[in-house]
Amino acid sequence: MQKKLLTGIALLGSLVIAPLASAASLTVYSGRGEALVQPIIDQFEKQTGNKVNVRYGDTAQLAVLIQEEGDRSPADVYWGQDAGAMGALANAGLLATLPESVYKDLPAIFTSKTGQWVAASGRSRVIVYSTERASAEDIPASVFDLTDEKFKGRFGLAPTNGGFQSFVTGMRVKHGDEVTLAWLKDMKANEPKIYRNNTTQVQAVGDGEIDFALVNNYYLPRFVAANSEYPVKQTYFAEGDIGNLMNVAGVAVLKSSKNQDVANAFVEYMLTPAAQQYFTSFVNEYPVVEGIIPNAVLGDLDEMLKVAPEIDLDQLADLEGTLKLLRDAELL
Amino acid sequence: MSSRVVKSVDVSELLVSVKRPPLYILIPALLVALCMLIPLVYLFLRAGQAQPDQLLELVFRPRNFQLLLNTLSLTGGVLLICTFLSLPLAWLVTRTDIAAKRLLTILAVVPLAVPGYVMAYALLGVGGNMGVLNQLFGIRVNNISGYWGAVWALSLYTFPYIFLNVRAALLGLDSSLEESAQSLGYSKSMVFLKIILPHLLPALLAGYMVVGLYVLGDFGAVALMRYEAFSYAIFTQYSGAFDRIYAAWLSIMLLALAASFLVVEALILKRKRLASVGSGVTRPARLFELGKASPIAWLYIVGVLGTSIGLPVAMLSYWLLIAPPDISIFWQVPWTFLRSATAAAPAAILAAALALPICYLSVRYPSRLTSMIERSTYIGYALPPLTLALAMVFFSLQTAYFFYQTLGLLIVTWTLATLALAMGPIRSAIMQTRANTEEAAYALGYSPAATFYHVMFPRLRRGILAALALVFLFCMKELPITFLLAPTGYSTLAVTVFSRTSEGMMAEAAPFAAAIVIFSSLSVGMVLNREKIKGSR
Repeated sequence: MQKKLLTGIALLGSLVIAPLASAASLTVYSGRGEALVQPIIDQFEKQTGNKVNVRYGDTAQLAVLIQEEGDRSPADVYWGQDAGAMGALANAGLLATLPESVYKDLPAIFTSKTGQWVAASGRSRVIVYSTERASAEDIPASVFDLTDEKFKGRFGLAPTNGGFQSFVTGMRVKHGDEVTLAWLKDMKANEPKIYRNNTTQVQAVGDGEIDFALVNNYYLPRFVAANSEYPVKQTYFAEGDIGNLMNVAGVAVLKSSKNQDVANAFVEYMLTPAAQQYFTSFVNEYPVVEGIIPNAVLGDLDEMLKVAPEIDLDQLADLEGTLKLLRDAELL
Repeated sequence: MSSRVVKSVDVSELLVSVKRPPLYILIPALLVALCMLIPLVYLFLRAGQAQPDQLLELVFRPRNFQLLLNTLSLTGGVLLICTFLSLPLAWLVTRTDIAAKRLLTILAVVPLAVPGYVMAYALLGVGGNMGVLNQLFGIRVNNISGYWGAVWALSLYTFPYIFLNVRAALLGLDSSLEESAQSLGYSKSMVFLKIILPHLLPALLAGYMVVGLYVLGDFGAVALMRYEAFSYAIFTQYSGAFDRIYAAWLSIMLLALAASFLVVEALILKRKRLASVGSGVTRPARLFELGKASPIAWLYIVGVLGTSIGLPVAMLSYWLLIAPPDISIFWQVPWTFLRSATAAAPAAILAAALALPICYLSVRYPSRLTSMIERSTYIGYALPPLTLALAMVFFSLQTAYFFYQTLGLLIVTWTLATLALAMGPIRSAIMQTRANTEEAAYALGYSPAATFYHVMFPRLRRGILAALALVFLFCMKELPITFLLAPTGYSTLAVTVFSRTSEGMMAEAAPFAAAIVIFSSLSVGMVLNREKIKGSR
């Protein structure tokens, strides 16, 4: 019994001691998965000698958390999965302005015009299709053609997914709310199957539940890596079509950070050739700087830049408006 | 639950209930109720920031009511399937001569260790072209999804809550009642319908409450199964709009629904007052001889356990086999498990310790105040975990910054979220001990502390152990609270599994998911095993 009592005391002791055991030089809130970004963060630690503590979580939940924390946030750096989350924090006045040298050489589609955040890597929207029940010829020139009768009941959508919502925001920026709402309603009328996220959609195309889906570009390569016979392929719409929207994973320094110098160094490091090569080769994303050896599955950055539509990323922040349209179309 | 002891009320018991509860029990109970008010205060604070026109558009729109209805029908379906999965099982392991009862009991609790999204992925991985059946055996079946997918995914890992409650009630049920009914000419099925079932009602309802409230707030499994429930609306508000204000309104709506569940439960129990379990001298029931029915019983058991444990385990093995991950991943598993357990074990102990005074009050000193205190514990459990976590972020930033993002805060928040789980078994244990035992101890000159340690504790042992197990299992797989409140860099098994499965890296997630299931079941097995050694009378 005494032993048990001691164990109990030891366990309760952790309640008291735990607060004292947290001191670190840089704290990063990462909406990107540990498996994807921890290796490059380890590299940063090794090369600069700075200790980095990372809180992994969901991009949106961490953005809400930072809002709740306000100026008492322990975070120095926020690393989000999409431009919308970056914009939401920028609009809430929680992000610091980065030194101009950090972002002045990047292609236009990869920077925030306000200089409050910067893209660390790019991911494009693609259409995936079943090689068993469809072929490349079935892919229309534009995402707007998906409302055609021949796609009825054959494709998947993920209205709660951040990537899809950013794409809808992009469509609003380029084509206006009216056109976007009409498209959403027509899509809904074309009987899509609703999914939770990109992974489940790619899986559903493979499983034969649906024949097409709109997803981010880097999910299929993972399925193919596990099974080279996976019966799904991905492709783009015609050049400049909004269906090929390039979204980004962004990094930003928080205004409340008491560690601005190290935080800026972290952001800069993510734009170095070493880090960019890592994102390209291992995470299957597009680099944001020139001179990176392209990923065979993704193809060249220049080619991507050619098919991607020109969008001001700062405008992707109006998620309220997008959610309203999704609600009006009864997709949410 | 407010069922009272109605049978064999004796004078000493009446005396106790007239007396005022001692302060050393009342104060901790009141403190807990106060803590439960924190999330409420936070919610109303945020809700107060809303604009009326936005409120109309975002919160009080027809689709939200449709989603509420969806949630209700989901709850109904889950409770139905859970009853089917748990009631016969509980009867088999308590009232029949079936073999390996202890093993079966432990196995029936193991599904609690399976994270909801793992169960959903497992179900989703069975059918379809790329599913296990087609890849291995060439059998093409459609995937289960939508309403029934969500119902089955939820039922398969929540039914043990009902099983545990019903089993405890069956063990505590006085068999002389059944025997007299039989001697009065009731057939066996009549005895079950007229005697056993009504007496099981409080336990059944307690189990329903725990499962029902869980279903209200769950998002993971429901979303993966592509069923649109109310939690969908809350999730969208937080995650899609980065909004905390209208999400607070939606959470309040959910709490109102939860409160209506509690009211319904109270109404049913009030009308069925006689159905409460008595605390007289219970005689162990004569075991029903299965005889020729034995194969059917085993078929059923294999079916229930095979789907709820076998399916996720088979799926995890399949993920591992089709793309074996780097061996170094296995090295991280024990450390990650230790991190999970270091937080989950203190939460379990704290929850059980706090549940004790609350249950003791509500059983021994029933009054409006004590029943309010008891019901307040459902707040932490019924709230969507994300909302509860944000409330605790807000609270600790405002009052105790040094406590923010520490293991301590995680443990306290988990305790608030799981207290309702710990209450069930401890309350039934207290109800089954008689107040005059304590009175006798006092009369013999024992101090309250000595009475508790020597008289109460041995009798409550079984209930306390079950409470520890339930809370521990819940925390081992908990996600949203861990995401927001764990110390930065403190990744638990559940967090690792979730972040990998959501990136489609099933093989890399599998060892960690397997660790949750295996280590949690082992811990629970150890805990429940002790129950028999010293706990049996």
